[in-house]
Amino acid sequence: MSLEIERETSFRVSSDVPFLASLWIIGGVYIILILSLLIADASYSTPSHFLKALQSEEIRYAIKLSLVSCTMAAILSLWVAIPIGYLMSRYDFRGKIFFDAILDIPIVLPPLVIGLSLLILFQTPIGRAIESKVTITYGIPAVILAQFMVACAFAVRAMRVSFDQLDPRQEQVALTLGCNRNQAFWLVVLPEVRHGILTAATLAWSRSLGEFGPILIFAGATRMRTEVLPTTVFLELSIGNVEAAVAVSLLMVFAAMIVLVIVRIYGLKGAIKFNQ
Amino acid sequence: MIDVENLSIRLGDFVLDSIDFHVPNGNYGVLMGRTGSGKTSIMESICGLLNTSGGTIKIMGRNVTNLKPASRGIGFVPQDGALFSTMTVRNHLGFALSIRNWERQRIEKRVVELAETLKILHLLDRIPYRLSGGEQQRVSLGRALSYYPNVLCLDEPFSALDDETREDMYKLLKLIVDQMGITVFHITHSYHEARRLADKIFRLENGKILEWDS
Repeated sequence: MSLEIERETSFRVSSDVPFLASLWIIGGVYIILILSLLIADASYSTPSHFLKALQSEEIRYAIKLSLVSCTMAAILSLWVAIPIGYLMSRYDFRGKIFFDAILDIPIVLPPLVIGLSLLILFQTPIGRAIESKVTITYGIPAVILAQFMVACAFAVRAMRVSFDQLDPRQEQVALTLGCNRNQAFWLVVLPEVRHGILTAATLAWSRSLGEFGPILIFAGATRMRTEVLPTTVFLELSIGNVEAAVAVSLLMVFAAMIVLVIVRIYGLKGAIKFNQ
Repeated sequence: MIDVENLSIRLGDFVLDSIDFHVPNGNYGVLMGRTGSGKTSIMESICGLLNTSGGTIKIMGRNVTNLKPASRGIGFVPQDGALFSTMTVRNHLGFALSIRNWERQRIEKRVVELAETLKILHLLDRIPYRLSGGEQQRVSLGRALSYYPNVLCLDEPFSALDDETREDMYKLLKLIVDQMGITVFHITHSYHEARRLADKIFRLENGKILEWDS
């Protein structure tokens, strides 16, 4: 006796259009919102406002200090984020969850609290001992330290993800080939995560560029001394010079866009090469 | 020669106990077994990449159980080759030699010699992502053999290759192994591969190693 099987003759799957359309609509609305902000800023500003802003000695100083301090903060962040990211990715140890939570504190704390905490830290005996050798509070080192405190936490996250994604086999092969852990790290692991390093540096740099709260509290907002671009926006707004504040804001947007686009193009090329 | 005596491995809930086997000097040993049976863990223990919880591992009569991977004299070829994406083929073949501070000319001579044997001389200045699967495994094999290791460990090295390339690799591997007289420990799922290459076939079943065929 044979079983009678009812063969499927027509089965129609519903259209993918509603699903894809909803993705595009949600994504599109957010992109439009961001672009609207930029367009609104741009419509508020004219080329003469830009020229006037760029001719201002204070603003030129703020641009220079922003570029230098963000670069310093990004370099310091990498210097700390690479070893911590590697440690967190490759080793299990007692208290790792607690250690991991501490690393996230600068991300979840309000920026003003970070500035206030830094200020208090440098009023303690240890902080005062450091201050007696190097002036930090209300100086350029305070700007860099305030930017570093927040930027580094993001760089650590980025580096950890990069190390997590790297197959440990390459490192293990290097160990069998004669490397000690230090050699395997410098000769094999670091070159393999070069795109992650670039991403972490970009993230740290862009976070530093936008940092304002901790700088205001810990470094102050002194013109021609601790004034970075977000401080300029605040100072210009406080004296009612909205046009200059908007022009400086747009300058920051352009600077951040240039860095992000360059990194994405470079990162994409690297990713394509790697996956081929 | 590889001697594994009473080896124990514990990885969370996964336990392997009383693992014993012996691959004589210059012999080609193949280990087979189901997926997840612990074959790779045994190989990693031999290579020094996984801590053991008991037993001894001897390479050429020397107890290497507590030695670092670099001090065991083992060439390791993993499943996917694990090539270094930033290095050229030349750099791969010379990597272990530059770590050992060989002179540049001596490294170059050894690299060319290996590349000729492995038929990858024309690929020396290429980087891995431009190589086929078979070419990548030749580079991985050359990198592992470059410093004249005592033992070669191969972890399913040909599983991702097509039949024709795999046949070529069997011939090449057999030729090199016969030339160098090296002891080999090879993991595979393929009985055909084991029969083509092995002097001894071991099977890992229910946590025990059985000598299946010689």
